Amino acid sequence: MTQRELQKKIRELKNLAAHHKLDIHEDLSRIASKIEGSESIDVTPWQRVELARHPNRPTTLEYIEKISDEYLELFGDRVFGDDPAMVGGIARIGGVAFTFIGHQKGKNMKENLRRNYGMAQPEGYRKALRLAYQAEKFGRPIITFVDTMGAFPGISSEERGISEAIARNLKEFSVLKTPIITTVIGEGGSGGAIGIAVADRVFMLENAVYSVISPEGCASILLRDAKKAQLAAGLMKMTARDLLSFGIIDGIVAEPPAGAHTDLSFVAARLKENILTHYKALSSKKLETVLKERSRRWLSFGEFYDPEEKEESFFKKFLPWGS
Amino acid sequence: MARINVETFFQKLLPRTKRNLQYGMVDDRVFVQKEHKCPTCSNPVETDQLKENAFVCYHCNHHFRISAPERLRLLADNGEYQEFSGGLSSLNPLDFPDYEERFSAAKEKSGLDEAVKTVVCKIGGRETVVIVMSFQFMGGSMGSVVGEKITRAVLLAAQRGLPCVLFTASGGARMQEGIYSLMQMAKTSHAIALLERTRMPLIVVLTDPTTGGVTASFAMLGDITLAEPEALIGFAGPRVIEGTIKQKLPEGFQKSEFLQEKGFVDRVVPRKDLKKTLTFLIDAHIAIRGGKK
Ligand SMILES: [Zn+2]
Repeated sequence: MTQRELQKKIRELKNLAAHHKLDIHEDLSRIASKIEGSESIDVTPWQRVELARHPNRPTTLEYIEKISDEYLELFGDRVFGDDPAMVGGIARIGGVAFTFIGHQKGKNMKENLRRNYGMAQPEGYRKALRLAYQAEKFGRPIITFVDTMGAFPGISSEERGISEAIARNLKEFSVLKTPIITTVIGEGGSGGAIGIAVADRVFMLENAVYSVISPEGCASILLRDAKKAQLAAGLMKMTARDLLSFGIIDGIVAEPPAGAHTDLSFVAARLKENILTHYKALSSKKLETVLKERSRRWLSFGEFYDPEEKEESFFKKFLPWGS
Repeated sequence: MARINVETFFQKLLPRTKRNLQYGMVDDRVFVQKEHKCPTCSNPVETDQLKENAFVCYHCNHHFRISAPERLRLLADNGEYQEFSGGLSSLNPLDFPDYEERFSAAKEKSGLDEAVKTVVCKIGGRETVVIVMSFQFMGGSMGSVVGEKITRAVLLAAQRGLPCVLFTASGGARMQEGIYSLMQMAKTSHAIALLERTRMPLIVVLTDPTTGGVTASFAMLGDITLAEPEALIGFAGPRVIEGTIKQKLPEGFQKSEFLQEKGFVDRVVPRKDLKKTLTFLIDAHIAIRGGKK
């Protein structure tokens, strides 16, 4: 049994115990932490949040440059304009052409103002979809990098339909006829993150975080105290290891002990190796199979108790039609 | 992997008798009774009169927020419907403090089981899958159960070849369920991608309020998007945006009429015309559509 399967079993037992109000919850938690204990757990969730937001943390474009032999950036959504907070283009790695898409933060104040701190607007998500359709048409695999606090919460964003743009991406990426591999490289913030993160494989860098709301937001809304962000970071279970244990992501890409910004080449090399390995695995399957597995993956997410199904959700085992 | 008869799953989900579904569920409770004053015009309102007027203020036309049972009573033929997947219940996958307590309190306070009800009923004589969210239950927030119920309902419509009508009302994600809640956005959107292949229509009705992750997923994925008048519809909430831009938002910003003007809503429809409008739309997609089959 792999660690992921073991974690899954423990999760199921926990859920069952919770539902029947059995008192084995504590025991299970202890077992779970023992399994995880094989790795060091010196870094707190909040420290990871800080590393993920580090001003020198490598950005999407830096990774693309390092990973590809040639890269050509393409601009614009063909409807409204170009969004510098979302970048993308065509790259060659060895003999294969890839389409890259990712949020782009700046590394200094001036660049961040231009890039809106990586908070994309509707035209950013529409540019991403345009490039994705293009990739599909020409059979290019898609690699996306997630690094955003969230989609931009502003007037322009709302009136040009940020909700519609994200929603459309979720629907379209889920059935796009080409393999998609996503890596959360820094902050994976809410809808703005998942807007380019519906994929066949999802990875996180070791110190990346991925959550439905920022720890600050969680602290002020649920804990009613904005100063409790550090506590919230732990409660939200937003680290790569948390998400791996939930089965939400497929793996973790290692960083140097002090964070990705201390050795860009090291992280880029790991990232490249991981992407190529999984691209090879996906491309060796029939596209039809890849799409069915993607369908099952996304329909299966959720933890709940179903009195009819007892053990596991239907969608975790089967597709609604065909197999 | 073992093969399963998909029919069996949906048959179990919603048993079909020989000729028709078993309706007969009518919920007559009223949930807006605590309000004695109209929040828009401040005039006193009588619950009975309000109920007769489809929970629309008879002074100023303010549309009160209503929950699933009231909505279904207004919409379903004879107020009758058959609920499915009503037994799903939330877990606390993050071990988030106080989630169970808040959940139980919400049940108690609202008289509902969850923030969404999924049913099959007839609208203008036509069998339809109807999904209704209730803002009254934990702010209509979307967790694993809400996502699963919506996914099943959308796929039931696809599998049975039924039209689907979806009423939204939500403050966004169920934050206590963390990343699981975020994943529901993609899950429900993917279900809609599968429904699209069947030529069965998805008609979304946006009601007050619809914000956050619900807006940025299934709420914006209807073939036809209707909205009740003056409903707040947006991704970021008004206070969040004001906090970002440090100024007051213009009048009417993020209201239904604003979204229609900006091109994101097909039509703003007053509640009293909703059944007629939906009946026409369902008919147009099922009975009187042109072109080849
Ligand atoms: Zn009034």
